[in-house]
Amino acid sequence: MSLVFAGVCSHAPGITGRAHLADPAVKDEFHAQFQRFGEAMRATRPDAVIVIAAEHFANFFMNNMPAYAIGMADSYEGPIEDPKWLGIEKTRVPGDAALSQRLIREVMQTVDVAYAEEWKFDHGIMVPLHFLTPKFDIKIIPVNINCQGPPLTPLHRAWAFGEALRRACDKAPERIALVGTGGISHWPATPDSGKVNAEWDAEFMNRWCANDREALLSPTDYNDEATYREAGQGGFEIRTFLSVAAAARGKGQILHMKAIPIFAVTCTVAVMSVE
Amino acid sequence: MSLYAMQKFLFALNRDVDVQRRYSEGGDTRAELLAAYDLNDEEREAIDQGDIGKLYVLGCNGQLLMHFAPLLGIAWADYLEAMREGVRKYGPVRAGIYAMTTGTDEKVAGV
Repeated sequence: MSLVFAGVCSHAPGITGRAHLADPAVKDEFHAQFQRFGEAMRATRPDAVIVIAAEHFANFFMNNMPAYAIGMADSYEGPIEDPKWLGIEKTRVPGDAALSQRLIREVMQTVDVAYAEEWKFDHGIMVPLHFLTPKFDIKIIPVNINCQGPPLTPLHRAWAFGEALRRACDKAPERIALVGTGGISHWPATPDSGKVNAEWDAEFMNRWCANDREALLSPTDYNDEATYREAGQGGFEIRTFLSVAAAARGKGQILHMKAIPIFAVTCTVAVMSVE
Repeated sequence: MSLYAMQKFLFALNRDVDVQRRYSEGGDTRAELLAAYDLNDEEREAIDQGDIGKLYVLGCNGQLLMHFAPLLGIAWADYLEAMREGVRKYGPVRAGIYAMTTGTDEKVAGV
């Protein structure tokens, strides 16, 4: 089989942890679309879900930072954060070491990737899973692209990584869903928290929905200096969106894209057809 | 190197319940814990006192610092305000990629 589902979503910890501080109507509308996203994914009956997240020093630190890493265990644990702070209880999440190993071997044909037999999930994975697999009963393959500690992988390499993942999925008999998490513009964990660049977000997502490789990899629009200036350090996480577009090869459809300042991000959920 | 050491301490604190226990115990236990990191006096004092504002200004990555606040019992709004207060007291963020771009009197998210 291959990919049966592709999409992207926000992963900000406030989405669950500060839900009680948001306007209930605004929060409910977003959560409803996030749940719809999860229902659409589960309707494709995936055997496993690859979650490409941009983690936040839960597992990888600047003493030995991989540009790309894939989990290779039969189970994982999370969240690493205080469950009360995140609004998600600690749990074990099933993995699939054998499938991971097959995917990693194929990805390695073109992209050097680290593997990890231990992985503590942080909000980058746990918040999406809260909506995607709320019973934590579907196997997860965690993937990380370093978007926190510069120097960061170039965007064209994130694209190549997505192509490699697709090739690996095409060789697997399993039905696989692929979800990228993070972005888009935001200035999280600073006094600026809540600030977004709506115009930048709209333009980026237009390009993502069109799957316009050249526009998405624009060295003038999305070099790290431009992204930091226009979209904040949280904008570096667009790498996960690029990998999904490269893997899916289809067109995107936005289910939700509205800033919710107390959640610190333009709360985004979008699916992409698999071509 | 010191900023790296500060961040490495926060990395350990966020992941390891034993490090959390030793920090929370305070006194000699905390001092012994911090002595294992290559910190200068200003950095060690900021960590020892849970001075979120100082740690922010010194350049700690926000994703590492963000979890120190709930460990200290600091609510979200107070955490944001502690960083603003740090900039008021100690000046702009000195390193890293989590610099402040809004004013110290702004509250973008309403808190």
